[in-house]
Amino acid sequence: MTAMIELDNAQKTFTMHLQGGIELSVVRGVSFHVDAGECVVLAGPSGAGKSSILKMIYGNYRCDAGRIGIRHEGAVIELARAEPRQVLGVRRSTIGYVSQFLRAVPRVATIDVVAEPLIAKGVAREEARERAGRLLRRLNIPDRLWRLPPSTFSGGEQQRVNIAHGFVSDYPILLLDEPTASLDAANRAVVVELIEEKKRNGVAMVAIVHDDEIREAIADRIIDVTAFAAAV
Amino acid sequence: MNATAYNFAYLDEQTKRMIRRAILKAIAIPGYQVPFASREMPMPYGWGTGGVQVTAAILGPDDVLKVIDQGSDDTTNAISIRKFFAKTAGVATTTSTEQASVIQTRHRIPEAPLRAGQVLVYQVPIPEPLRFLEPRETETRRMHALGEYGLMHVKLYEDIARFGHIATSYAYPVKVNARYVMDPSPTPKFDNPKMDDCPALQLFGAGREKRIYAIPPHTKVVSLDFEDHPFSRYRFDAPCALCGADDSYLDEIVTDDRGSRMFVCSDTDYCEGRQAAGHRGTESAAPHKERVHG
Amino acid sequence: MAERLTGNDEPLLVAEGLAKNYGRLTACRDISFALYPGEVLAVVGESGSGKSTLLQLLSAQLSPSSGRVSYRMRDGVLRDLASLGEAERRFLFRTDWGFVHQDPAQGLRMAVSAGANVGERLMAVGWNHYGRIREAASNWLERVEIEVSRIDDAPRTYSGGMRQRLQIARNLVTEPRLVFMDEPTGGLDVSVQARLLDLLRNLVSELGLAAVIVTHDLAVARLLSHRVMVMKGGQVIETGLTDQVLDDPREPYTQLLVSSILPP
Repeated sequence: MTAMIELDNAQKTFTMHLQGGIELSVVRGVSFHVDAGECVVLAGPSGAGKSSILKMIYGNYRCDAGRIGIRHEGAVIELARAEPRQVLGVRRSTIGYVSQFLRAVPRVATIDVVAEPLIAKGVAREEARERAGRLLRRLNIPDRLWRLPPSTFSGGEQQRVNIAHGFVSDYPILLLDEPTASLDAANRAVVVELIEEKKRNGVAMVAIVHDDEIREAIADRIIDVTAFAAAV
Repeated sequence: MNATAYNFAYLDEQTKRMIRRAILKAIAIPGYQVPFASREMPMPYGWGTGGVQVTAAILGPDDVLKVIDQGSDDTTNAISIRKFFAKTAGVATTTSTEQASVIQTRHRIPEAPLRAGQVLVYQVPIPEPLRFLEPRETETRRMHALGEYGLMHVKLYEDIARFGHIATSYAYPVKVNARYVMDPSPTPKFDNPKMDDCPALQLFGAGREKRIYAIPPHTKVVSLDFEDHPFSRYRFDAPCALCGADDSYLDEIVTDDRGSRMFVCSDTDYCEGRQAAGHRGTESAAPHKERVHG
Repeated sequence: MAERLTGNDEPLLVAEGLAKNYGRLTACRDISFALYPGEVLAVVGESGSGKSTLLQLLSAQLSPSSGRVSYRMRDGVLRDLASLGEAERRFLFRTDWGFVHQDPAQGLRMAVSAGANVGERLMAVGWNHYGRIREAASNWLERVEIEVSRIDDAPRTYSGGMRQRLQIARNLVTEPRLVFMDEPTGGLDVSVQARLLDLLRNLVSELGLAAVIVTHDLAVARLLSHRVMVMKGGQVIETGLTDQVLDDPREPYTQLLVSSILPP
């Protein structure tokens, strides 16, 4: 099996200069790997650093020590030391991130918000829209809403648009930060289904899920983040 | 006032040399505006002080001077300048385009073709063609230096956008020798083609603005335009009421207070020449004869 | 492996050890970076941090006291801007570069119609067909969401937001590869700002534009830029991926900026 993600002693510390330079150690010694077709779920109480780890893998948070290797276009890239444009390259073609909140540009139609990652990868606009539409339909977003910007939607609808946006592309790595948080049972089931499909397609996933049922359904391995808690 | 108290042609020799140097430079760089130390002349700005200084600097005792104002030899301005040089230089004057060696003009080029050896001196009020859109002299000079003339087309674009065609009908910009864009002074655009490949030397003097520029004989002069709005000459669609010419630039003359009008050649010498040769227009009898006999 | 990414695409604009002094006053010092095609760089910092001076140095409107700026011309050759003649530099400015001023009156001809404002750059590079110039101008007005029926109106009859959009159209009509923007949303109402940002964001990605945007507004940086440079006292104190710098700021000053607390 090929490791798609490989963390080796990764560490995250915040230095709060505005609070007299307090060092806030979040996690240290984070070491694990994720293979293709595998879904690893991070577990632990809130504040244990699950999101910080996810954000480090995405390059959103800096990694203060250790290394984060990402398999990107056939080679391993050291994300903690990569140039900004390399990180952007990784995000463009390798890592997708599904957050809890939709950060969409105002005035852009839902269908285009979802199609955007495909278009960014060079898929023709029409085909991208079609694929986006299929996914929105599976997630029970009715056609009549597709032309509207998602900012006008309910929380649950926005969440589903966000999931569609995250799942539409063929990223080999997906990071899922509570993707099912505000969904009803039917839509949760759709998301579990989508994750199963991604696995079959060899996608490596790291997820944070609080719902035990879903965790059981999707996790191939569970990593307890409290093990990385930084004792101060 | 005793005319002999003045140097030949009014200006002192040092000044003439300075102006001649500017003229030589202008001829060497066709269409380029050469700064010169314009002098106070015994006439107000706007009456042709630039043209007069250029004429004074090039005039020799053997020259024959013609002065026209809007094509006419007998307006106040033309007569004053002619008399000025008759008095201060003692040169022969004429109204005949053919016989003149130096022609000072305000706003026209004679209809009769000019020939080699003649000099046409234009009076210029505002020499800078880019001034319309760019008020900074430093910037317009740089634009000329670098040949950045997009702005000139902006002016023509605005014309078409506003009027449906290039409505600029005088001071129509030209490109000289494929290099400098030049304002041909407020001559009607009808005259623009006469500047191209002209056998005579054309000199331009702007007194207030202190600039001299030139078109040497047989220089390429092209009127700016757009492919889909090409340059076209304009004249009233009528024959001259006095001489019947249908190829000359016409002035419109209101003849009464009931809206009657007639069109006559703006170039009086040309018109009179044609009448003398027997050409007649619809109204040629009375007004013209009166003048000949008067 | 890192080299693989940088592989065949080469930087468009390179700053090396840039500095600018005014007598004993240092406006900028020791600034080096490379900007790649299609990359949007935001320069953030408060007034007096040197960001506007930097923009002028990068766009060859000021010459540096030391260091240099190089640009990859359309023929693929990287050239020191200081070695370009004035004609070449001005040509760059009219064709391959754009410059969006905070005050549209500085970047527009206020007395000339919108159509001519957009068409001027085309005429400057030799377009000589009125119909085609007008068509290009109409298309661009549409792209920046200005009603084509306003094409013959002068920008002084436009609102602030429209003027700014017109200025953008005027700059982009020659399909530049690099655009400099100085507080592009500066003088606008918040609602107008959002629309402009949205427009800019789309244009930048559609055209694959590289841009250097000077702003004191972190929201502008977040929405438009890939990368950010934080300036203070004429120096770059922090730089990196925009979301990384804004979500995980490292320097005390950046943390201040991000938490919107005004420095003492």
